[in-house]
Amino acid sequence: MKAPPFAYAKPRSLAEALELLQRPGARILAGGQSLIPSLNMRLSSPELLVDITGLKGLANIEARDGAVRIGALCTHTGVERSPEVREHLPLLAEAVAHIAHPAIRNRGTLGGSLALADPNAELPACALALDAVLIVAGRKGERRVPASGFFKALFETDLKPDEILVGAEFPKAAKSVFLELARRQGDYAIVGLAGTSRGTEKRIAFFGVAATPILLKAKSLEEAMKALPTPNADLYNTSATKRHLAGVLLERAWNKLS
Amino acid sequence: MEQALVITLTVNGTQVTRSVQARQHLVDFLREELGLTGSHIGCEHGVCGACTLRVDGDIVRGCLMLAVQANGCRVETIEGLSDSKELEKLQKAFHEKNALQCGFCTPAMLMAAQDLIRQGKKTTRDQIRSHISGNYCRCTGYQAIVDAIEEVIHGQG
Repeated sequence: MKAPPFAYAKPRSLAEALELLQRPGARILAGGQSLIPSLNMRLSSPELLVDITGLKGLANIEARDGAVRIGALCTHTGVERSPEVREHLPLLAEAVAHIAHPAIRNRGTLGGSLALADPNAELPACALALDAVLIVAGRKGERRVPASGFFKALFETDLKPDEILVGAEFPKAAKSVFLELARRQGDYAIVGLAGTSRGTEKRIAFFGVAATPILLKAKSLEEAMKALPTPNADLYNTSATKRHLAGVLLERAWNKLS
Repeated sequence: MEQALVITLTVNGTQVTRSVQARQHLVDFLREELGLTGSHIGCEHGVCGACTLRVDGDIVRGCLMLAVQANGCRVETIEGLSDSKELEKLQKAFHEKNALQCGFCTPAMLMAAQDLIRQGKKTTRDQIRSHISGNYCRCTGYQAIVDAIEEVIHGQG
C-alpha cells in the first residue's frame, strides 16, 4: 500500500528540528526503515514528518576515555564497519549484522532503533547490557538517560514527543556475547540475548521475551538460570518453548563469557 | 496537507528535477515519473526486496525511501547498471545457470548480488545467501541464483 498524505520538512539545525516538533502531529523521520513500512500499512498517520537526516554531526562515532559515543544517525552499516566499534564494542558490531538485510542496514539508524524500542530488536538489548547512556535533546538542552530507565513499555520510551534522541554513549566492553534465534536470517528474533562481563558479574539482556528487553545480572549460571524470564508467547512459539530456548542461549552465552 | 516539493537528483547519470508529493516512494517516482519500470514493487513494506536500488553507492529498499529523501542523491537502477555493462557478467551467469524463471525478482536480485560482488571479497555460499537474504524469489529458488553469483565471484581474478 501507499503511505497516507503528510507534510514534510527537512530542518538544517537541531534548534529548527525541535521547533518543528512542536507542531501537532509531527513525527521524526530518520532512516525510515520502520516508520515507512508503518505508513505504507497505514498503521500510523503523522501530519508532518521532520526528516532529521540533514542534521550535521549526528552520524559520528567517537572513542573517548572508557566509552564510545555513537551519533543517532549512524546507520547499522556504519556501526558494523566502524573500527572503533569493532575494537571497543564487539557486541554492537556482532548485533547489527542480525538486523534485517544489507539494504535495510544501509538506511536504518542506531537512534531510530533505540527510539522505536521494538521488543524484538537487537540494539535496545545491547544498550541495556552495555549500561549505555542515551543522550536526548530538547528545547531546554540535553539530558542523559541511562538505558535502564529509557525503555518503559511496548514501543514506549522516556522520550517526550518533542525531544530528539541525538546519540548514545556505550562503555567499552571487550568481553561480550550476542546470540539470536530467528526462523530465517534477518527475521525478527524468536529470542535473543546480549551479554557482557563486568568483574565477577555478568549482565545478560534478553530480547523477544517481553514488552521491553529484560536485564539479568548474576554471578553464577545457576543463579542466572533461576532468574530466567518467563517469555511472552508469540504467533509461532509458546512461552514454554521460548523459555527453553532462552535457557539454551543463556548457557551458551555463559560459557562464552567465562 | 498535500505538499508539492521540488527535488533534483541524478538518475543513472542524468540530472532530473521534478515536483513530487511527500508521500511518494522513490520506487514509485522512478516507475511513474521516469518510466524506469525495472525496479519492481512487491510487498511495499520492505520484506521482499523487489525494489532494490542503489542510492549514493549503497543498495536500499525503494519502497522504504521517499522520493523527497533522494533530493541531491545519486540514484542507480537496473536500467543504468545494465546499460553501463556493470552487470554483464552477472547477467550472463544468471542466464547460463537458469537463475530465473518468472523474472520478477531478478532485477533486484542482480542489484543485491552486484553489491556483494563489487566488495571484491572471496565469499562462501553462506555469505552469498546471507547477502541476498532480503530478496525473495518465489519460483526458481535460490540454488541456481547462488550458483550464478558464486561463478562470478570465483571467476574474478
